[in-house]
Amino acid sequence: MDLRNTWDKWPDANGRFGEFGGRYVAETLMPLILDLEKEYRAAQKDPEFQAQMDDLWKHYVGRPSPLYFAERLTDHFGGAKIYFKRDELNHTGAHKINNCLGQVLLAMRMGKKRIIAETGAGQHGVATATVCARFGLQCVVFMGATDVERQKPNVFRMRLLGAEIVPVESGTGTLKDAMNEALRDWVTNVDDTFYCIGTAAGPHPYPELVRDFQSIIGREAKEQILEREGRLPDAVMACIGGGSNAIGLFHPFVEDEGVRLIGVEASGHGVETGMHAAALNGGKPGILHGNRTYLLQDDDGQIIDAHSISAGLDYPGIGPEHAFLRDSGRAEYLTCTDDEALEAFQLCTRLEGIIPALEPSHALARIGEVAKEMGSDQIIIMNLCGRGDKDIFSVAGHLGIDM
Amino acid sequence: MPVSRISAAFDKARSDGRSALVSYVMAGDPDLETSYQVLNALVENGADVIELGAPFTDPMADGPSIQRAGQRSLKAGTTLKDVLALAKRFRETNQTTPLILMGYANPVHLMGYEAFAEAAGDAGIDGTIIVDLPPEEDMPLREAYAPHELAVIRLATPTTHEGRMKTVADGASGFLYYVSVTGVTGAKKPVASDIAPGVQMAQRISGLPVCVGFGIKTGEQAREMAAISDGVVVGSAFVDIISEMAQGKSREEIVESVARLTRDLSSGLNRNGGVA
Repeated sequence: MDLRNTWDKWPDANGRFGEFGGRYVAETLMPLILDLEKEYRAAQKDPEFQAQMDDLWKHYVGRPSPLYFAERLTDHFGGAKIYFKRDELNHTGAHKINNCLGQVLLAMRMGKKRIIAETGAGQHGVATATVCARFGLQCVVFMGATDVERQKPNVFRMRLLGAEIVPVESGTGTLKDAMNEALRDWVTNVDDTFYCIGTAAGPHPYPELVRDFQSIIGREAKEQILEREGRLPDAVMACIGGGSNAIGLFHPFVEDEGVRLIGVEASGHGVETGMHAAALNGGKPGILHGNRTYLLQDDDGQIIDAHSISAGLDYPGIGPEHAFLRDSGRAEYLTCTDDEALEAFQLCTRLEGIIPALEPSHALARIGEVAKEMGSDQIIIMNLCGRGDKDIFSVAGHLGIDM
Repeated sequence: MPVSRISAAFDKARSDGRSALVSYVMAGDPDLETSYQVLNALVENGADVIELGAPFTDPMADGPSIQRAGQRSLKAGTTLKDVLALAKRFRETNQTTPLILMGYANPVHLMGYEAFAEAAGDAGIDGTIIVDLPPEEDMPLREAYAPHELAVIRLATPTTHEGRMKTVADGASGFLYYVSVTGVTGAKKPVASDIAPGVQMAQRISGLPVCVGFGIKTGEQAREMAAISDGVVVGSAFVDIISEMAQGKSREEIVESVARLTRDLSSGLNRNGGVA
């Protein structure tokens, strides 16, 4: 199959990105996701919807986010010029709100009054609770009991915003269990409830619509780099959990064959130890949470728990479009361990005066090597997709500092 | 043989003037020997069709009872191959009771649809219900099943409107599983009068026997549902009994309790003598 110049034609009518994606849900949910797709197609053609998004992006989220030349980090590595796309400056501190706004506006078009969401680190939960507060909608956030314990500030934030937090005890009490429980709630409350999925995964049309809402990142970056440098970058880089910030950055560049797309997965203690969250580098294709994609699984097809220092990357799967971009060779996927991410976290903080979240710290940890391989006349844009305020307690713990 | 074993079971129930009793248990909960004895107790006490649950780490459509049963089974080390071996052992002494494997797509997908179909056919499985393979996604499975005559049993739900029911019926075989409530297994209590129109539509459009399940736990509820359907599925109630082994009950006590519940449920399914 010749895939050239067709990168942005995916997914197909069946919600497939090549062999990945699809709609693997219980029958109760099928009519709902078919309705959602219909509503999304209508919204795409509705200038009012786009105008409302643009207005909220500008005045509520604070977009466009700056494109910042990381001068000292560039000097430090002595290779390609490094730019940060500063999505950590968004309202609520991460890229998550780009998508939440889009989905909540869709929910309102569909007449849904109750929004549910899953969250790992709490960033998507906070963003969803924020947008629900803004529009006066009921918000219920499912969060693994383990994560509720390790992300207390975000739990409190969500409660302040009026959301109900449901700690999920089933399974291992992390992000995948929160997603299972959100799906169970959705199947139970089909009439009034909209499921706001936090990453570019799940049954079609979620991977597509989350990508489209997050593509504001890449569209802005492209315009900004053309203005700053008069040309396209040579590479764009982002961390990958489910992969929504990465696909948002990659997608507007996917047809530009000269631009390398580089994702960085969390390899925890190392892919070889089995304690990691690198679905592409250490998993196999399978079916979970509505889509066919790479998954961490054992020889019997049972899902293996992911491990990462970053709760936002602690998921055993990955969005189906990344699986497709990887297998077709269009994008590259590297890995980064917990320790490397911690080091990069500190380096960026000291050299640039920006405290990054642990999630983009994974991309930061690989950017030096990538920059050094490239010439000083070349350009990399990295998505700094979240700020690190939420992580200071856990980083202190890992560094053995008693606060 | 397999698809015909299913239709024979429903034909027999119909000619007896009753609804079929479809019973669900999780294979390997808490161990495979208990499951084997439970399967035989179910059949000896009136179950017409058996659904054998295959455990999965992430059972998105199941309530707490079946989630925990799956976890107990996985903890005991049960694999998909073990579930097939259990079916094969059951078939050594029983050639008539349809055996339906119920589970989630990923373990079957990893084994490979063709390899699974061959192994399932060899084990004496008659069909499967794969919860997260809706009609849009089950074509590769249907192709793999065809040479082995395995039934693709599909789910219909209260959200399945008439247009959608045609999609669900097209390519379905064996019977249709009508999920009586929106929700997970064992949670809400279904009301017969609410679902009767949906069940009738499913019967009319599919031409297949329609079984009603999710949330049916007592003989009385089973009797109500029997009046409006071709079969009644009971799962969580059996799973709850079996779970008591974890609290120290003996295998003999568990098997006896399963037998008692089966008799209670089965006696309620005679349509002519029913209350409805």
